[in-house]
Order: sequence, then structure tokens, then C-alpha cells
Amino acid sequence: MQRTRGTYMLILTLTVGLLVFSFVTSAGDLGSFGTTLLSGLFLGALYFLVASGLSIIFGLMDILNFAQGAYFMIGAYVTYSLFHMDALKGIDVNLRFPLGVLAGTIIGGLLGAVLERGLLRPLYARPIFQLVLTFGVAIVFGEALKAIWGTEGYGWSTVTSFGIHQSQFEIFGRQFGSYRLFVVAVGVALIVLIGLLLQRTRIGIIIRAGVEDSEMVEALGINVRAVFTMVFTLGCAVAAFGGAIAAPFLGANLGMGNAFLLPAIAVVVLGGLGSYMGTAIGSFMVGLAVAVIARFASEFLNQTVWASITPMLLLILILLLRPSGLFGKESR
Amino acid sequence: MADANNVLEVQEIHTFIGQFHILEGVTVTVPSGSITVLLGRNGAGKTTTLKSIMGLTPPSQGSIVLEGQSLVGRRPFTIAQMGVGYVPEHRAIFRDLTVRENLAIAQRKGDDLERRADFIFGLFPDLKRFYNLPGGNLSGGQQQMLAVARALVPENRLLLIDEPSEGLAPVIIESLIEAIRRLSAQTTVLLVEQNFRVASILADRYVIIDDGRSVVSGQIQDLVQDEALVQRYLGVA
Repeated sequence: MQRTRGTYMLILTLTVGLLVFSFVTSAGDLGSFGTTLLSGLFLGALYFLVASGLSIIFGLMDILNFAQGAYFMIGAYVTYSLFHMDALKGIDVNLRFPLGVLAGTIIGGLLGAVLERGLLRPLYARPIFQLVLTFGVAIVFGEALKAIWGTEGYGWSTVTSFGIHQSQFEIFGRQFGSYRLFVVAVGVALIVLIGLLLQRTRIGIIIRAGVEDSEMVEALGINVRAVFTMVFTLGCAVAAFGGAIAAPFLGANLGMGNAFLLPAIAVVVLGGLGSYMGTAIGSFMVGLAVAVIARFASEFLNQTVWASITPMLLLILILLLRPSGLFGKESR
Repeated sequence: MADANNVLEVQEIHTFIGQFHILEGVTVTVPSGSITVLLGRNGAGKTTTLKSIMGLTPPSQGSIVLEGQSLVGRRPFTIAQMGVGYVPEHRAIFRDLTVRENLAIAQRKGDDLERRADFIFGLFPDLKRFYNLPGGNLSGGQQQMLAVARALVPENRLLLIDEPSEGLAPVIIESLIEAIRRLSAQTTVLLVEQNFRVASILADRYVIIDDGRSVVSGQIQDLVQDEALVQRYLGVA
């Protein structure tokens, strides 16, 4: 109990510290402060979509899936392509985007199932091989995307459904894209949805039990391998969904996989390996830190590199204070 | 030749863990309705025998037959679904799950958890009080009770219980002995127990395992009276 209270105090201190730092360096410009905060939430939501699958897969299966970023990228490319495909231009624009997201998510999930069933399953007894394999699969996916779509990235060029991509709203005199708020809302909705799945359903109980002791779950009459496949598929599908809904804002490019994978790994570790709550809170902490440092570095240091190393710096700081992460189990 | 009176027949199993040859010929028969105990010194192979039956450390040789059906080559979840309940050593309850969730996870299609709960709470009243508390918050004795209770949710044909008295206070051991005795009226039990007193109170039959081999078996009353045998294989007088 004492440790939990200390953890919440640490989260509160770091968050308030980041907000104060952002406010002070905004020199009282509430518009700049507000947009930084919203950018942090936007990034946090996307980090969560990549990190949640990573975290649940690691917790249950002890696999650190380096291909998770590639699934994010696949979701973005598939959604982008379907939305912009000439052959589908006849479909109502309000329908085309959700269909693209659905297709991106399903394709991501199916590729996840293929990876787990076809390649990872024979390597369950060899964790190092699994690690190398997912790393290799990430490279293969990247090359495949390059072969199909070329090396040039794509920017979202047309309107999305219901004009949500184009609309803006004002915050303290600054314009902010409604779409980013939509992504935040989707991220929060998924946190709740996955949380409910884990807490309130039988499959959720099985997953949480499997995170503790998958051998015992199997000995209770549950086909753990089938659960592994389901969780891996779900994790990849959620990452692909993240890429799909990020596409109207970020477009589709070959760098986006790694750009989200590395912060997501930092989130999973600093949140506490295998902890869903740690992943959810960690995502928004990292998102906020990246947004705050990115604005500060671009305004005052004229360098962007600080934003990309911020997740790792935050990870180091938290591991120094909490060696097993925010909500991780202390090793006995 | 299979005996219809036996729930389980293990014949000459050999089990390797990695490169180590742990079981080098274990034979165990468990008559229906009995409590059979596996005895032996630490490291003799008792736990590995239970794990081999459960499919967790599958044997490379020999046969394991549950009421006429072979268990060799089957995965643990199938063996569990065939009616084998398993209570591992060190309990292995799910510490982050509540007592209710620990029981619910063992529920199978067609199981009536409410009806089984009455039976389970009759054996372990404490679990009813702590129904919504995480398993990790229970005392060692209560966790052991939860581990046994979890194996009772489905109506199993055979219960494998590994070291139930390990690390428990004498008063808790007594209530556990009583509970196992009562549950054995419904389920056949194969027990691993280091505490010879507990084994001799509970069991009808025994099998002694020494250095990975089953060496002696018989009625527990005969063993209790054979001090030389007890001293030789178990090191207790």
C-alpha cells in the first residue's frame, strides 16, 4: 500500500513538474501551453495504442515484440491506400475512412496471427530466438512496405469522414486540429475498453492469470496457446488500429514504425513490465514529456533531437527511482 | 493389464528435465476412492511424477492411463479437461486475482460454480469471507486452501496434491487434513507429502520413490508398522 501511494506521488510530481516547466517556458502564453498539453495527450494516446499490445504480449508470453512498430506502420499504409484508392472513390467519404481503418486493423491482426502461429510458436522454448525473430520480421515488413509503396512517404491529401480532419478549434487564441482531440478520445476509449476486457470478462481473468503463471492456467484446463494467439493477434490489431487512425495526421511513411516503437518500449518498461495500468499512465506521461521537451527544444535550443531521446531519459529517471517501473512487481 | 478399480495407472515412466534423467522407472496405481501418497526424500522425484501425470514434464517412456485413456502425449489442458485436478507445491494461486476470480478461472463449460461453491465453502469457510480479496492478501494457510478449492471447482475424477502441509502452522494442517479427508469422499486423491505424520493420517496407500524409481508400495498401515522401511527411505523413525 505504501509503495502504491509512493508511486502515485511520483507520477503526480513528475506530471506537475512537466506542466510547470511547460507553463514557465511558455512565458505565460496560455495558447502555447494549451497546445503543448493537447499535443502531449495526442502522442500519449498513440503511444498507448502501440504499447498496450506490447505490454500485454510481454506480460503473458514473455515476448518483446519488436515488430509492434511495423504493425502500426501497416495500419497506416493500408488505411491511407484504401482511402485514396481511385477504385474506391465512389464510396461515400464518410464511409471510406472507417472502412480503411477497419481493413488496416484486420490486416494487422491477421498478420499478427500468422507471425504467432507460423513463426513464434515453434520458438516458445527459445526466448532469445523469439527476440531476434520479431526484430527480423520488423525489417521484413519494412522492406515489404518499401517494395509495395516505395520509399516516399504519403501525406493525407483529401478530406476525411465528417470533415474531422480539417476542422479546428481554438484554445486560448491558438488553433488546434479537432482530429488530434478525436485521437485522444479514441485512445482514452480504448484504455477503458481494454481495461474492461481485462477486469470484467472471463478471457480477461485468464489473461491476468496467465501474466502471473501461464503453466498453472494450462493445468486448469485452459488452452494457453490459443490464448497466446488471441492476445498476440489483438495486440498487433490494436497497434495497426493506432497507425490507421494516426494516418490522417501523420500520413504513412517508413520511419513511423520506429518513431513509435522506441517510446512504446520505454512506456512498457517504465510503467512496469506487464502492468496494464502502468502502460496506460506511462503512455500519457511519455507523451506529455515529449511534447513539452519538443516545444522547449525547438523554441530555445533550436534542436529537435531532445524530443526523440526524452522517452529514454524519462525511463532512466523512473528506473533510478523505481527499479521495477511504476507498477511493476518487485523482484523477490 | 488395466484394472477397472484403478482410476490411474502409471507404468514405468521415465522423465527428463533438460538433460537430466529425473524419473528412471516410476510405477504408481491409484485405486478409485482412495488417497494414495507418494513418499520419499527431497529430490527423489515425487513432484516430477505428479507433473508427468499432468503433462507438465511429459515422460519420454512408459504409460499413464486414466480410467482406460492414455494421458501420454496429451497437453496439460486436455489432461485437466479429462478430469485431473492439480494443486502444485508452493500453491501457485494467482495473487493479483480475487478469491472469486481464482475459483472462476477453473470453471469449465457446464460447471455450476454456485453449487460447487457451497461444497467448497463447506470445506473452507474462510474463503467465503475473503471472496473479493486478492489471493496475495491471504495467509499461507488460506492460500493453500484456495489452491485446493480451485482444483475442486470442476468435478474431477482425480486430484493431484503436492505438499499441502508445506510451511503451514500445525493448527492449519489439522483443518487441511480434515478438508482433504472430506473431499476424498467425492474424488480420488494422489498426494505428495513430506510430513510422514500427515501422510499416515490421510492416506490409504503409499508408494515410496527413491532416486527417481518407485521402490515399495502397499497399505499405509503396514508402512507405519515397518520402522526399518520408514527409516531406510524416509529417514524418520
